[in-house]
Amino acid sequence: MVIVGTGGQGLITLLQVLAEAALIEGLDVRTSELHGLSQRGGSVEVHIKLGKKVYSPLIPQGRADLILGLEMQEALRSYPLASSKTTFLVNKQIIAIPLVKNLTEGEVLKNLKKISKKVILVPASEICKKELGKEVVTGIYLISAVAFKNLIPLKPASILKAIKKIIPAKYLELNLKAFNLAKKT
Amino acid sequence: MGNEAIVRGALESGVQFVSTYPGTPASEIGNTFFKIAPKAGVYFEFSTNEKVALEAAVGASFSGLKTLMAMKNFGTNVALDALIPFVYTGTKGPTVIISADDPSCHSSAQSEENTRGISYLAHIPTLEPADPQECKEFTKLAFQISEKFKIPVMIRTTTRVAHQRGIVTLNKIQISKSKTQKGKFIKDSKKFVTLPPRVMEMKTELLEKIERIRDFSEKSHINKQSSRKSNFGIITSGISYLYVMEALKELNLDLPVLKLGFFYPLSEKKIKNFINPPAGGLKKILIVEELEPFLEKEVKILAKEVNCKLEVIGKKLIPEVNELKPGIVTLAVAKFTNKKYNTPSTKFKIEVPKRFPQLCLGCPYWLVFGGIKKAVDTKNVVFGGDIGCYMLAGFPPHYLQDYLSCMGSSIGIAHGIKKATSQKLITIIGDSTFFHAGIPPLINTVFNKSNPLIIILNNETTAMTGHQPHPAAPATPNGIKIEEVVRGCGVKNLKTIDPINQKEFIKTIKEFLGKPEVSVIIAKRPCIQIKK
Repeated sequence: MVIVGTGGQGLITLLQVLAEAALIEGLDVRTSELHGLSQRGGSVEVHIKLGKKVYSPLIPQGRADLILGLEMQEALRSYPLASSKTTFLVNKQIIAIPLVKNLTEGEVLKNLKKISKKVILVPASEICKKELGKEVVTGIYLISAVAFKNLIPLKPASILKAIKKIIPAKYLELNLKAFNLAKKT
Repeated sequence: MGNEAIVRGALESGVQFVSTYPGTPASEIGNTFFKIAPKAGVYFEFSTNEKVALEAAVGASFSGLKTLMAMKNFGTNVALDALIPFVYTGTKGPTVIISADDPSCHSSAQSEENTRGISYLAHIPTLEPADPQECKEFTKLAFQISEKFKIPVMIRTTTRVAHQRGIVTLNKIQISKSKTQKGKFIKDSKKFVTLPPRVMEMKTELLEKIERIRDFSEKSHINKQSSRKSNFGIITSGISYLYVMEALKELNLDLPVLKLGFFYPLSEKKIKNFINPPAGGLKKILIVEELEPFLEKEVKILAKEVNCKLEVIGKKLIPEVNELKPGIVTLAVAKFTNKKYNTPSTKFKIEVPKRFPQLCLGCPYWLVFGGIKKAVDTKNVVFGGDIGCYMLAGFPPHYLQDYLSCMGSSIGIAHGIKKATSQKLITIIGDSTFFHAGIPPLINTVFNKSNPLIIILNNETTAMTGHQPHPAAPATPNGIKIEEVVRGCGVKNLKTIDPINQKEFIKTIKEFLGKPEVSVIIAKRPCIQIKK
């Protein structure tokens, strides 16, 4: 599974939650992330592999089972990792890149569908903002949705346990609300 | 995470003294110690630069403490002057040095450095872990080697090891008895003073020591070999090993693999035995290593001695630029074994506009860059860049960077340009970078008389690497004032301005650019992330 988005969307926290959930289920897990300058609002791509035995943390070209996109243009940018077998679960949101012509939602969707028939668009940011007043939990909402939809071999209950372990107490309630909200997608 | 596993390994070894200067991908080692040091009873410091951090570590080691020092690859260059003599003198308290490379330069300006070259230069024993579990184990082993042979040991990680998360089995943290006690420096000039002619004896002793460590490495389990089922073989190390194992699984191959945990000194006997076992020599061998072909060259030399017919293939199939990825290695192994492998990929190319990293919303540097643009005609001014968030000056929409090199160099190079030309020049340097390597070149502009305009960005933190404190940070007790340092260096034209006062900022830039001596503006406004 690959998670893509832009710096500041909390992708590393999502990795930590997923890795913790894998640990709870007794799976082997490896993840890879990047830090530093590249992350200041730029494109971010993190990898996670789960299974009985995992070797490297990186997903080879064309071999992603699932690409979770927190932003539509970033989802499309990750296309070299995808094939016709890949499922795309994408947050219906475009975060504008300044000073250039951005792709529209329609253009991104059309291109994603060229790669794989399995493209799911979820207005996660919109839902989180409307229901919880905060967009910041979009990622937690989405990884919960991924588990409820059986797109990863992790039970929602394990994700829930992992959220409780990883998310600081201060923000836990909001994140738990996002998890519960994802049940309905 | 690999970096956290290194911390754990150090704690399980009973580490007592830790120093570092932050740098991606090594930063989390320091950040973690910063958080836990008081509770763990460990002395920890963010030093002003890597050389200073290593010197502090040397002092602690000379005083008998178990010591860890961590930095990124370029930090090792900065620390090199202190590193080489330290390997000569050897350690008293066991000492482990972490150096983190960043193939593909994900978070590194300046160069795609392969720090393994420094292992040869400094004769420092070097281990290369592949995953977080090995990060922990190798750290512990490194302390043991250091203790046994009285020599500092380096662990070289890369981004995909340091920032790899995985399952790590924990052991008990060792609370050493002396942890709460002080070390003691016991005078021994024969050991600690590297003056000739003694230094030549030291070198001889060091080379002998390295041969004893080589013998040790021949027996070490971290150089591991899988059983032989083919007359083709693979030698690899670090993260590349994981890609090799994945490739073999993918291609359904069973080739013997020699994984070298020791990069230096190399287990020559083990390699010779691998390429030329009693049952008959291998025909072909693939060396899978990132960046420059150090192992490949070594194996070629060893093959000449024991199996001159062996075909050694490395950089012919494995790229020397950029990090390796599992797909690249699988393709190389397939070619090596004449197996068919089609990289699954989409046939068409899709253009997505590039998303450059951006200054945060509310970052004070927006005001600095904007002010500079209003103050001068950017075509007629040379802009010097330095290492920090403000490297983004080189990206759109700013375009205020005409050269960029290493830490502190914006000022050093500015002096050279000012001496060589009559062009106007503005350099931008951050607060932590100024303390790291900006002071000697500033003194040089005064001493050797040149007049660049230096803008020191004081955002009160080391922002890019994760907000570590520095000597002028407000939370630092007895903090040092940058103004006093600059004035102490002999700079006459000096002003501290909050860049929110654009009028004054712009006016001062214009005024200072006309001065015959060096000028400094301290643009002071805290990082928006710490303000939050």
